[in-house]
Amino acid sequence: MSNIWAIAKREIRAYFNSPIAYAVIAVFLLLVGFFFYSLIWYFNAQAMQMAQNPYYAQQVNINQMVFSPLFHNMSIILLLVLPLLTMRLLAEEKKIGTEELLFTSPVSVNQIVLGKYFASLVVLAAMLGLTALPSLLTFVYGNPEVVPWLNGYLGLFLLGGSFIAVGIFFSSLTENQIVAATLTFGALLLFWVLNWAGSSAGPKWQGILNYVSFFQHFDDMTRGILDTKDVVYYLSFSFFGLFLTHSVIQSRRWR
Amino acid sequence: MIEVQDLTKKYGDLTAVRNLSFKVEKGRIWGLLGPNAAGKTTTMRILTGYLPATEGKANVAGYDVFEQPDAVKKAIGYLPETVPLYPDMTVSSYLDFVAEIKQVPKGARKAAVDRVLKSAALDSVRGRLIKNISRGYRQRVGIAQAMIHDPQVLILDEPTIGLDPAQIIDIRELIRGLRGEHTIMLSTHILAEVTQVCDGVVIINEGRLMASGSLEDLTASFHDRDGVVLKLRRGGEAAALFRSLPGVEVSTADGGGIRLEWSRGRDLRDQVAALVVEKDLGLQEMRPVGLNIEDLYLKIVSGGLGQ
Repeated sequence: MSNIWAIAKREIRAYFNSPIAYAVIAVFLLLVGFFFYSLIWYFNAQAMQMAQNPYYAQQVNINQMVFSPLFHNMSIILLLVLPLLTMRLLAEEKKIGTEELLFTSPVSVNQIVLGKYFASLVVLAAMLGLTALPSLLTFVYGNPEVVPWLNGYLGLFLLGGSFIAVGIFFSSLTENQIVAATLTFGALLLFWVLNWAGSSAGPKWQGILNYVSFFQHFDDMTRGILDTKDVVYYLSFSFFGLFLTHSVIQSRRWR
Repeated sequence: MIEVQDLTKKYGDLTAVRNLSFKVEKGRIWGLLGPNAAGKTTTMRILTGYLPATEGKANVAGYDVFEQPDAVKKAIGYLPETVPLYPDMTVSSYLDFVAEIKQVPKGARKAAVDRVLKSAALDSVRGRLIKNISRGYRQRVGIAQAMIHDPQVLILDEPTIGLDPAQIIDIRELIRGLRGEHTIMLSTHILAEVTQVCDGVVIINEGRLMASGSLEDLTASFHDRDGVVLKLRRGGEAAALFRSLPGVEVSTADGGGIRLEWSRGRDLRDQVAALVVEKDLGLQEMRPVGLNIEDLYLKIVSGGLGQ
């Protein structure tokens, strides 16, 4: 465990000693802020109109009208920015020769991969945590439901964790960071849109493709539904990504 | 302390190391010599557990490299060919990180960092970012990280590359100072370094062992004659005089002077000296004839003679 922490600490420091983390977090916050502002503005306008009709007034729900679409927007932004956060994790070690230090130290490949994964999770948590601050204002001035809101953040964290695992995997395949980021982005997008193909693929494939796609599981969570099968899906996805990374590193050394 | 038996490493169709066997005794400094692409770096990478071997056995510090890699990794310090540095870290935070992953206990880490900063003369740059220090300093940081956990065995791939002459002398001095306590294997292209620092050598070419042993033994096995080179102020008739000594072969030495050689085991230096004095030849210089390391290396690499 101390080895994982040692690797994670160094990675976190590397993120914040360079402009990477600041740039990624700043862009993420800027975009999320823009969407949050637009959604709140739209919600206000809608709420004023709906308040005039007692039937519609009952249906005004900030969770559904602001947070649910906001979480969807955030997930797309994560898909765009997280590959930039993960691209250097293993590719850079290979390029500058520091992997030789890591692999000749009494640290296992698992510990190295997990250390790097946890470091990225910390940055992800910081990104999500900072976006929660403006949302908290809605709790001051309104009465959103807390559980679905927390559920959405849990969904984003699990989804981001899966993105990071995919990113680490592609970073282990190459020493070129641009290639790693491009492959990660392509793979994430593919997993995102798999359920689109599902609708035209017949009932048997539709179920499978829907299950494999990120979208279906995330959609449930943004609507406040916490299903263990969604949590298991994201955790298994992350585990699989990390397992593949481990296998790539091992097989490269044995070749 | 380091023992390699029939080690072979193949990369696809390319065989980088073939049936390599050698042994380095505890507390000795051994040089690994060979032309470019001879398999030096591959051999070192296998010994450090970075690469697995295709066949063969390797034992370092009493542990099997392939069966007990963690124990081996704890026992060795390794300076790879490309110094493994994180440019965005300061020298001391980098060394602290290396100490942590080399499992130096938390309480002893600061002392370990201070010790290697001092021994590699890095104190003046301890707070500087690695990307901002000169190549010579980076090389020394690489050596410092290899020593941070005070390992029994040090494996150094070209430790003095990129250093200026004064730094080379310092680093050689540092390495020599580790003899006895540590077993060291270093690869180098500088043959003079071998004679100045190493007790023995392993010479490989195209992945094969060409020779291994102590410098004295290797020199002896490749050169079965002793002798001296003389420079004389009045040496006109000297050649004929020395020929009168039984068993002495007289020839002209490279760079002038007279080369006298006799079969190994005899020592005719007294007689030679007596003759010089008796005939008042005006002695300017007298040095032993020996095979220097360059001759030895070229002879072994080009000619090829097993152990």
